Amino acid sequence: MTETQLHAPMEIAFDYTRSLGPVLGEFMTGLRDRRILGARAADGRVHAPPFEYDPVTSLPPEELIEVGPGGTVVSWSWQPAPLAGQPLDRPFGWALIRLDGADTALLHAVDVGSAAAMRTGMRVQARWADERVGSIRDIVCFEPSDAPPDALWPQQKRDDSAPVTMTITPVRLRYEHTASPGESAYLRGLAVGRLIGQRCPACGRVYVPSRGVCPADGVPAEETVELPDIGTVTTFSIVNVGYPGQQVTPPYVAAAVLLDGADIAFQHLILGCSPSEVHLGMRVRAAWRPRSEWGTSAENITHFAPTGERDAPYETYARFI
Amino acid sequence: MTKVAVVGFAQSPVRVRDDATTGGVEMLVPIFADVFRATGLTKGDIGFWCSGSSDYLAGRAFSFVQAVDAIGAVPPIQESHVEMDGAWALYEAWVKIVSGEVDVALAYGFGKSSGADLRRVLALQLDPYLVAPLWPDAVSVAALQARAGLEAGVWTEKDLAEVAARSRLAAVGNPCAQVSGEFSVEELLGRPYVAEPLRAHDCAPVGDGAAVVILASADRARELCARPAWITWFGHRIESGSLGARDLLSLPALGPGPDVGGPVDVAELHAPFTHQEILLRQALALGGEVAVNPSGGALCGNPMFAAGLARIGCAASAIFSGRADRALGHATSGPLLQQNLACVMEAR
Repeated sequence: MTETQLHAPMEIAFDYTRSLGPVLGEFMTGLRDRRILGARAADGRVHAPPFEYDPVTSLPPEELIEVGPGGTVVSWSWQPAPLAGQPLDRPFGWALIRLDGADTALLHAVDVGSAAAMRTGMRVQARWADERVGSIRDIVCFEPSDAPPDALWPQQKRDDSAPVTMTITPVRLRYEHTASPGESAYLRGLAVGRLIGQRCPACGRVYVPSRGVCPADGVPAEETVELPDIGTVTTFSIVNVGYPGQQVTPPYVAAAVLLDGADIAFQHLILGCSPSEVHLGMRVRAAWRPRSEWGTSAENITHFAPTGERDAPYETYARFI
Repeated sequence: MTKVAVVGFAQSPVRVRDDATTGGVEMLVPIFADVFRATGLTKGDIGFWCSGSSDYLAGRAFSFVQAVDAIGAVPPIQESHVEMDGAWALYEAWVKIVSGEVDVALAYGFGKSSGADLRRVLALQLDPYLVAPLWPDAVSVAALQARAGLEAGVWTEKDLAEVAARSRLAAVGNPCAQVSGEFSVEELLGRPYVAEPLRAHDCAPVGDGAAVVILASADRARELCARPAWITWFGHRIESGSLGARDLLSLPALGPGPDVGGPVDVAELHAPFTHQEILLRQALALGGEVAVNPSGGALCGNPMFAAGLARIGCAASAIFSGRADRALGHATSGPLLQQNLACVMEAR
């Protein structure tokens, strides 16, 4: 492949919405009410954050007990250039913090200005968010504290509003996607109004879109084959159900279209006739957007539409059903 | 119970690859050809295929299905997948042979680690309620463990630099390594921190790659490989997912223990951070006479979901070539050596 492969950025974003269950629900409700809760295990150790099942006995905790909000740094690292989503947007410390009254540590950020000011053993206390919803991020971060442990613990602030049962975590990741050599050739072909496939040197089958490798033989498919934009419906379904982001109003037809000369069908929309008229063997042709709108994109073809030709004989597409 | 041996291994050079998709096909096709050439096998001889990869890393759903294109799955194959390093796929393949279901099995792993910001992607393997919402990145989390060891006197920054220098020197002869060369410890210690107390040399580079290992039963192994690497022990252990509840400086014994066989000649350890090699040496009770990571190890090339399988493959290769009579391969998965797998092999 002499031409370089196509690349495109892609951002995936999703709000993970999770039910909390009894232990984490109570823990998150506590955070909303500015209390940090832990659980005592059968071996006497207090875990904060709490375990859902005792690491010794596998039983749920009988009750949660309040710890902190002061604590001691037991290990730390320094984040000189914070990444997206992290608790602070200026340099900060990550720390494992053993809250007063607990035997295990909680991971969180410490706002202390410089690495020189961080040390193991330093005393810290939670800095609470003004708006709290029942999330680990109700603690903005921890900050250095001069107060002795007794002055910080226990801190009782109760709120009588409904318990927290769900938590939402927005996840946002950026990828740089690379199209394979075969996909790149296909997309470049679309940009000039051509449909590019590849032939497998072992079995001779023609794949469109070109995919680089024959999925039947596992060998590189390097011979390029140009295909016409006309083909046959090998199977179809009528979409009657709406969904978010849907481009076409139901009912409409999603079909497998076998281009003339191809050995694999691809899925596309059949428009330009009533869904009830679509049938196996129907001859269809690609409907292209205006040339001025073409790019290296599958969207250059909006749909396939009936040609009005006589149906393809069944035996010409029988093996693709 | 049949004996099982590693009879073939291939890996792709670890690089940041602009030409590879996250589906892995471009990285897998050449190494499948390599391992078939070396063993004389064809795809039809493989009774069971198992892969290790991750959709979060790939940025697409069911990315492992795309990788099946590289196999050529006609007629239909028996296939499985783990969302873990390919070493755990190898474990599943080993079970298939031990249980008598198949004679020959192939495990592969692949990862395009450079497709996104790996440090952030790996935050999503942490506790989704209490930890991941803070987006602690993988290097910062490793630094917490490194500092704990420094302050407990388990290692010094110089010890860590020595691990890096030794690994990079060993990798000079490994064409698959991403990082190699001769570096003095003083030179390395003069470099800046990336996440105090970790410097760049303490962290595995971000690279893309794939690895494949073929296993065979006792009936088949000798016809496929002149000097098979017979598996004498295979096990894995999982620590708590709660980082703050673990003793980060102590792993339970990982290997078979001193009463099973003799000491190994070579150990390939999957330590993505320098201090983790020191922890693993302790957990596996490896003495100074053992050649650790003669390939350079993961510190010189760490393709996600393939690097652990490659460690077992490199250890097996030391037996194939006669450089070792007994070798150990180790793989890790999860944060801070949370999950560990070890495979002991020997010549017979």
